[in-house]
Amino acid sequence: MMPVVLWTDALLWLAVAAVAAYAAHARRKPHLAAPWRRVARSPAGMAAAVVLSAYVAVGLLDSLHYRPALARGDADGRTAYSVEVRSALDALLEPLRTRTEKTYSAPLATRSFARETLELADGRVQREFPRLRFGGAHLADEADRAADIALRAAGGVLAAAAVWAAVALAAARRIARRRASTVAAAWRAVWRGETELPWRAMLVTAGALLALAFPAAFLAAGYHVLGTDKVGQDVLYLALKSVRTALVIGGLTTLVMLPFAILLGISAGYFKGWVDDAIQYVYTTLNSIPAVLLIAAAVLMMQVYIDTHPELFPTAAQRADLRLLFLAVILGLTSWTGLARLLRGETLKLAELEYIQAARAFGVGDARIVTRHILPNVMHLVIVALVMDFSGLVLAEAVLSYVGVGVDPTMTSFGTMINAARLELAREPMVWWALAAAFGFMFTLVLAANLFADAVRDAFDPRTRVGGAPAPAAGTAR
Amino acid sequence: MTAYIVRRVLYAIPILIGVNLITFALFFVVNTPDDMARMQLGAKRVTPEAIEKWKAERGYDRPLLWNAQAAGAGKLADTIFFEKSVKLFLFDFGNADDGRNIRHEILSRMGPSLALAIPVFLIGIAANVTMAMLVAFFRATAIDLWGVVLAVSMMSVSTLFYIIGGQYLVAKSWSLVPISGYQEGLDALKFVVLPVVVGVVSGIGSGVRWYRTIFLEEMGRDYVRTARAKGLAETTVLFRHVLKNAMIPILTGAVVVIPLLFMGSLLSESFFGIPGLGSYTIDAIQAQDFAVVRSMVFLGSVLYIAGLILTDVSYTLVDPRVRLA
Repeated sequence: MMPVVLWTDALLWLAVAAVAAYAAHARRKPHLAAPWRRVARSPAGMAAAVVLSAYVAVGLLDSLHYRPALARGDADGRTAYSVEVRSALDALLEPLRTRTEKTYSAPLATRSFARETLELADGRVQREFPRLRFGGAHLADEADRAADIALRAAGGVLAAAAVWAAVALAAARRIARRRASTVAAAWRAVWRGETELPWRAMLVTAGALLALAFPAAFLAAGYHVLGTDKVGQDVLYLALKSVRTALVIGGLTTLVMLPFAILLGISAGYFKGWVDDAIQYVYTTLNSIPAVLLIAAAVLMMQVYIDTHPELFPTAAQRADLRLLFLAVILGLTSWTGLARLLRGETLKLAELEYIQAARAFGVGDARIVTRHILPNVMHLVIVALVMDFSGLVLAEAVLSYVGVGVDPTMTSFGTMINAARLELAREPMVWWALAAAFGFMFTLVLAANLFADAVRDAFDPRTRVGGAPAPAAGTAR
Repeated sequence: MTAYIVRRVLYAIPILIGVNLITFALFFVVNTPDDMARMQLGAKRVTPEAIEKWKAERGYDRPLLWNAQAAGAGKLADTIFFEKSVKLFLFDFGNADDGRNIRHEILSRMGPSLALAIPVFLIGIAANVTMAMLVAFFRATAIDLWGVVLAVSMMSVSTLFYIIGGQYLVAKSWSLVPISGYQEGLDALKFVVLPVVVGVVSGIGSGVRWYRTIFLEEMGRDYVRTARAKGLAETTVLFRHVLKNAMIPILTGAVVVIPLLFMGSLLSESFFGIPGLGSYTIDAIQAQDFAVVRSMVFLGSVLYIAGLILTDVSYTLVDPRVRLA
């Protein structure tokens, strides 16, 4: 196979590297580590972190792309590569990806959702629901379906319980070693919620995740756990593929927005005068255009550009990927204003303090004052804004896809899933599973992001005695 | 006061010019009119004549900024910039791709938009403030905790699901109201009820959480302690003292969106088939009608700036401590 690095892959891994570098740096500095320790003590925040890390794992697996080698080489005997770009997640979920049905089928069904005209062995023609090609195809008798499903689910639960027990035991061992107590005593402390880290909340969340994931994996070997969509693709596979799109939109947008917000916000507050006027003018102007309309206008123009320059985009995956990147850039350009305003205000306040004036009196240069004395003191605002914006961006992606200015229609995302599914609610009986899957996956992600953001804000914001929040998130697409 | 308002309106002019330049750059510089024509005509029918015709129909066949061939003032006036961008200041939006006048269309669609947006706005604030007060009254109890948990859960659900769920339950399963559509006059009521309910419910999560922090901040102030110290009942403190003072940030925060109500709601209108400005915008985006999108961008900015001015004025009206110099 030939590895392929898409633009969003590179940036996503860069973001991961940046977070890792920050974590390594913060670990060594007590004043940076202290607020994160407060985050680590919040049960809701850490439970959310467990869920988020599961999503991130799926998203990162889906960001290792390659082009599989074709069985036959080209004319000269060299290996030829497929034009289709796949990811590590695709390889892992190979059965889910390839076992497509003809059209809709309900979750765990053995028969198709739509009637078909079948010719029976004796030549009569009958309309009935045909058996699925893959869903429950291993069953000789359909009457065994319930028993088979129960058996597989039970197997999944057992496997989940085994894994969970191993994780829990490892955690208890670690705590026991640290406290120099017995493992049993450590376990009792975990269960009474007496540990410093909220192990109980984390273990319960991990248990719930495992109890969902393992039975789903066991069932997926023989069925379509969440049904299939209009063209027969497995909905569970689509939902897992959507995770990466959501993470890219949420993560890369903030990455794009950061340099603008930090650079312009701090310069406006520090240099004052005409610099301040100019920067304020720019962000007031950008802010006064309703966000959805500005994004729509920019995306429309980007579509025109892509359509008129097909030579720049060799494969469909690359085109979809660049469109996703553009979308993140556009969202970033429209959403830096809120944070910039916040940073400007804080910098104005800081620049008047004695220690900055002392630095100036010692003849320290502007660049050094900003990087050494101001930037570290506004970083808490940046971190809070980063985590607070994430969930809003994931929600915005769905709305933008509905409006028609979201990701490429060929790219799987929660927005395109909802869009495809909502028209089918009018069917009788209803096709509800695709919508339910998108809802479940998206709600879990956004809820976890919101809870984690709350924990981070409470830990970093010095005003939390009353739970005071900064201004509500700037009007992104609602 | 008057001088202040005049100054603020004058200050709005450079911002509108900036908006205008941004949209002009987006629509005409990033892509030339030829690109747009090629895109809209589709790959097959692209001939130089077809492109010229498409441009001529929409007035894109002029030079961008400077017309050397025209005489006198025409050098500036007979250009795309003047025709398409400067005329926006006069609210002269030109014609949409279907040949209808955009200004006329906007004026006739404002009614339905407001019929939906005003009830959502008013009922929404009333519901959010009431619930936030309830939660704040029971602060640091189980009601507060679960209220906040519920609010965070509700704000984690995409608006799309509220609309789809509402349509499915109320309109399809229970058949209480029509699924979508609109009629003028009193008949509008039965079409608007469901979108209003959906709009209010979808906003409750973030609204309650935001207003709760305002109430809690207000409850931590000294005058509240004084009121309690002189023996006032907690309900009296809440309704007579805290509510009045909390209304200052609540009202001034709400005023900024009032002018934007005219723009309607993108999602509700298009899902419920209400012929307002929101659905007009979505249709234009999906049909790639650049003239309409450009007009809506400009209109939206004008209304947003009007909202900012209204906010500053409302500060002086509700809070006598604020004086505008």
